[in-house]
Amino acid sequence: MKKVFGRLKQNKYLLAGVIMTGIAVLLALVSIFWTPYSTTAMSAAEKFDAPSFRHLFGTDNFGRDIFSRVMKGMGTTILISTLVVLLAGAAGILIGALTGYFGGIVDEIVMRITDAINGFPSILLALVVITLMGSGRQNLIISLAIVFTPSFVRIVRSEFIRLRDADYILRARLMGVGKLRILFVHILPNIFSTFWVSVMIGFNNAILAESGMSYLGIGVQPPDATLGMMLSDAQGYLTTAPWYALAPGLSIVWLVLGFSLLSEGIRRQA
Amino acid sequence: MKYILKKIATLIMTLFLVSVAAFVAFQIIPGDVVTSILGTEATEEREEQLREELGLNDPPVTRYINWVGDVVKGDLGESYRFSKNMNEMMPVKELIGDKLPVTLWLAAIAVVLIIVISIPLGVFWAKSKSKVLDAVMGVLTQTAMAIPSFFLGILVTYLFGIVFKWFTPGGYVSYQENFWGFMGYLFFPALSVAIPKIAMTARFLRNSMITEMKGDYVRTAYSKGCNDRRVMYLHVLRNAMMPVITFLGMIIAEIVAGSIVVEQVFGLPGIGRLLISSISTRDFPVVQILILYITFVVIFVYFLVDILYRVIDPRISNK
Repeated sequence: MKKVFGRLKQNKYLLAGVIMTGIAVLLALVSIFWTPYSTTAMSAAEKFDAPSFRHLFGTDNFGRDIFSRVMKGMGTTILISTLVVLLAGAAGILIGALTGYFGGIVDEIVMRITDAINGFPSILLALVVITLMGSGRQNLIISLAIVFTPSFVRIVRSEFIRLRDADYILRARLMGVGKLRILFVHILPNIFSTFWVSVMIGFNNAILAESGMSYLGIGVQPPDATLGMMLSDAQGYLTTAPWYALAPGLSIVWLVLGFSLLSEGIRRQA
Repeated sequence: MKYILKKIATLIMTLFLVSVAAFVAFQIIPGDVVTSILGTEATEEREEQLREELGLNDPPVTRYINWVGDVVKGDLGESYRFSKNMNEMMPVKELIGDKLPVTLWLAAIAVVLIIVISIPLGVFWAKSKSKVLDAVMGVLTQTAMAIPSFFLGILVTYLFGIVFKWFTPGGYVSYQENFWGFMGYLFFPALSVAIPKIAMTARFLRNSMITEMKGDYVRTAYSKGCNDRRVMYLHVLRNAMMPVITFLGMIIAEIVAGSIVVEQVFGLPGIGRLLISSISTRDFPVVQILILYITFVVIFVYFLVDILYRVIDPRISNK
């Protein structure tokens, strides 16, 4: 524990990243059990209240408490991004490990495909998948996972290529260790320092993509509160209630900034 | 020359693959379009007749060749959603025609803004020896990179549209009516697309320049008696620009994607909005052509960057 704090003190990026993402995750977790107000309770008397101690971020066009809705929205965004990164990361490890270690024609083909997908704006590709599968939370997660898998494949593959001819792997092979064991017990643990950086970058992109899609109305559907959807609702009331747009918008910035500081911090640590 | 030919071959190959992917995704997977045109109440014979008319009974390879042939000839198919009048369906071509310039101009202004602002900014940042400035720029660019373009669009609308009143939010001017009014309105969405990319490019250029400044040739240039400005702009910047050009090429794809979202924020009638509304109404023919078009543009830009890179740095051809 002391060692962890020592590291955090030296690495300002890591410290700032941990604090920012920590606060966001904490708020999201709390929102599962408790929010200051109900996220759906409307109140005509409290329409468009400016931020105050009563309503930290003010209220929206239905008199709903924006802070409570931001908490819930952050929860939705973090949950979806986590699932996306988990799915894409797992697929990336599997495909990257096999193609990187064995090489050959399959590797060549997979690389061409990942190159093609990587060069493409991620939101556009996710839109194509969503068009074919229809919108909704589940399809959003699957489509984003498909879009983000290639970036993980790339990282994992290059790490496996780097380690496949290392002396200790050669020795393990000579000792008759099975292929799967070499892949996942001997090589995999050694790539995690690099892999974590790409996981954080993945989080970053997943948050941006999710909020972008729900802003466009193709992601998560109401009545679930999401930051992107709140932003698009708020846009119509920019003159009367600018805080309505600022609250979800700044929350997205907070999340993205937190994860990018975290990835920078981990990179410098390694 | 051999390199360029090879690149052209890859380009054609990629375009072919993309068109096959688009064909499979939008013509094969969604299945029969007959019910979506005729409704569920149509008779068997009518359905069969339409299937024959649309060529749906042909084998996939024939359908692909026919489809590509049509697209090349300029027949982009017809929208499911829009119709010209009772009997005539709306050709996708007409639907896209006047929307395309809006998106292209938006992306073009954004690219110009990025180049014009980020390069001097990056040079200035790399040259400065002040630690405070370095930290401030670091925080500023990191924050700018974290703002999604649609939120930036809302901030720009609020600040320049509502507080300063430099433009009327939602008051889009068509380019056919008043070109300069159109450009004036487009400046603000373009700014929203450009700001995060300006931050990225400036950071990238600064790091690239700092690496280059350690090079031996910089010391040689100074000892020859070149002044600071000459060394910076003639020697260092030129070398530091190499990776930046590739980087800019890579960003183009994201600028196109960013424009699509920002069009929604500013109510611009570009292809981005058409794409989004076609997706939510599952208007496949329109989505298909738009995706194909955007992909082609992106691939072509990558191709140009590859060629340009080689022209600027002839050393690569020897490797």
